[in-house]
Order: sequence, then structure tokens, then C-alpha cells
Amino acid sequence: MHELAVTEEILNLVVSEAEKSNATKVKHVKLVIGEMTGIVNESVSFYFNEISKSTIAEGAVLSFRRIPAAGRCRDCGHEFEVKDFVWACPQCGSLNIDIKAGKELYLESIEVI
Amino acid sequence: MEIKVLKPILGANDQRAEENRGLLEKNKIVAINFTASPGAGKTSLLMATIKALREEFRIGVVEGDVSSAIDAETVSKEGIPVVQINTGGACHLDATMLSNALANLPVDDLDVLLIENVGNLICPASFALGEHRKVLVASVPEGHDKPHKYPVMFSESDAVVLNKIDLQPYVDFDRDKFYSAVNGLREGAIIFPVSCKTGEGIDRWVSWLSEQIRSEQRA
Repeated sequence: MHELAVTEEILNLVVSEAEKSNATKVKHVKLVIGEMTGIVNESVSFYFNEISKSTIAEGAVLSFRRIPAAGRCRDCGHEFEVKDFVWACPQCGSLNIDIKAGKELYLESIEVI
Repeated sequence: MEIKVLKPILGANDQRAEENRGLLEKNKIVAINFTASPGAGKTSLLMATIKALREEFRIGVVEGDVSSAIDAETVSKEGIPVVQINTGGACHLDATMLSNALANLPVDDLDVLLIENVGNLICPASFALGEHRKVLVASVPEGHDKPHKYPVMFSESDAVVLNKIDLQPYVDFDRDKFYSAVNGLREGAIIFPVSCKTGEGIDRWVSWLSEQIRSEQRA
């Protein structure tokens, strides 16, 4: 939903990291995205292709590692993957769940020449 | 050559949010970020809150909308300093927008800043502003299943205002289910059932909010 704003930040970060190592071209960008951020891979790639034109990241290939949503039950301690937005413990049925994973949004690495 | 980066994508926004927080604290302003889906009643709640707190605190408002200045005009009629941010399509406020808004507010003469985020329960969760408290405004006609559909926003909100309780007789809203879902996602979240239309419950909400403001002022 908010992919353009996020992709602008990705591009800024990619370009500044590439320039720090005196790269002339960015070939590959590896991103880590949690399922709960609502970010759609295809949308990020689409915007990235557009806004990276005439930067050193133009033509770079984006790859995505998705992190599933995970919760931890505050009543029985069970940790589990959250599927289809069901926020209930599959072991004891409790609704008291802390979000343990799925909010990730970071740049893992870039490949440059 | 592969370069390991391992940096948050919204790190630059987080940094600017920290700067906003510094500016707010230097001027002893307590900032509250209101999020909600469109039509939950954020502006109505803001107006009721302003009415109740304006004797005790000097209040400023930031209105975030995709377009139009309707909400800012409503606030401005009350003689409250207000800055309208039109995000021009973006579905959330970010820290840079708030920083620009602060530059256009009389920060020397404010105790409290009420920030009305863009109506949306997804994107605003990712963009820190530098606020002291997050308050989510939900409403009875939206249904009791909202917390499980927007878990991140609910899990990060300090309080939830449940508006439009006067409509309860007309809709299938299960208040117990809503309460358990909210408390399940955020341990200790406080829920304020209110009706901005009838005024029911507003007293309890504003007394909690003023206590939060005073405790931040003492900090």
C-alpha cells in the first residue's frame, strides 16, 4: 500500500551504501520483508525500476526474503506461525499473543561492481 | 562484490522522528498521534478533546489528509493553531512531514500537539513521527474484528478509543470480542468507549489523556 514511500527509502539507502564503497553500478539488492508490513514485492520492484533510472542502481535486480508472521502466547508460551491473520494460540486457544516476527523491513545486502 | 548492509529501510525516517522528539521535548510539548480508518471519528474526537482540555493546556493540531483542508478549517474555527499536511497521495504521515509542520507552529506557546494521521490502519504503523503516545480510534460500525485485521497498529497503540457507541443497538458489534482482541494484541491497552455525538465516555478519555500529558511534562 505504501510501497512508493518505502521504495524511495530503499533507493536512497542502496545508493548511499554503494557510493560509500566507490561502486560504479549496483547489480543486486537483497531485501528482508515481514509479512505484516503489507508490502507487496512486485510493487516495490515496479517502483524501483522507475525511480532508479539514471542512478547507479538502474537495472539492479531486487530479491526478497519474506518473514512469516509469528506470535508467542503469553499464557502458555507456545511460539507459532500466524496464518490467515488468526491471532489465537493453536495450543491453548488464548488470544493473548505477542507479535514475535513479521514486522521486518531491512536491506540485507547489495552486490556492486 | 557483495556488501552486507543490514540496515532498516526506514532508518532515515526513524532518525528524523528522533529529531522531532528532541524538538518537542526542548519546547516541553507532549505529542499524541491519532490513527484510525477513514470515518472512525478522529476529527470529532479531536474537537471534543480540544473543548475539554483547552482551559488547562495550550493545544496545537497537525491535520494529515491526502487532500483538502476541511479538517484544518474545522479546528481553526476554534482558534487553535493548526497546520494542514496534504500528503498528495501518500497514505500516512512521516517524520519529515511532521518536522515541516512543527516549523509552522508556535512551538514556544504549546503544551500539547494533537496529530491526526491519515485515515489508514496499515501504513502509519511503519512510520514513526516522534510522538509520545499513539491512540487508535476505532468505531462500532467498523466491526469487532478490526484488531485481528490490523494487528500491528493495535499492538503498538497505547490506548484505543471506541467511538460511536450510540450506534450499538443498530449493528452487530460484539464488545467482549473486541476487548479480548485488543487486550490480546497489546497487554494493558486501555479502551475508552465513547460517543462523540452524545458525549458519553468523553470525560473518562480526557481525564486519562490529561494524566498522560502531566506525567510526560514531569518526566
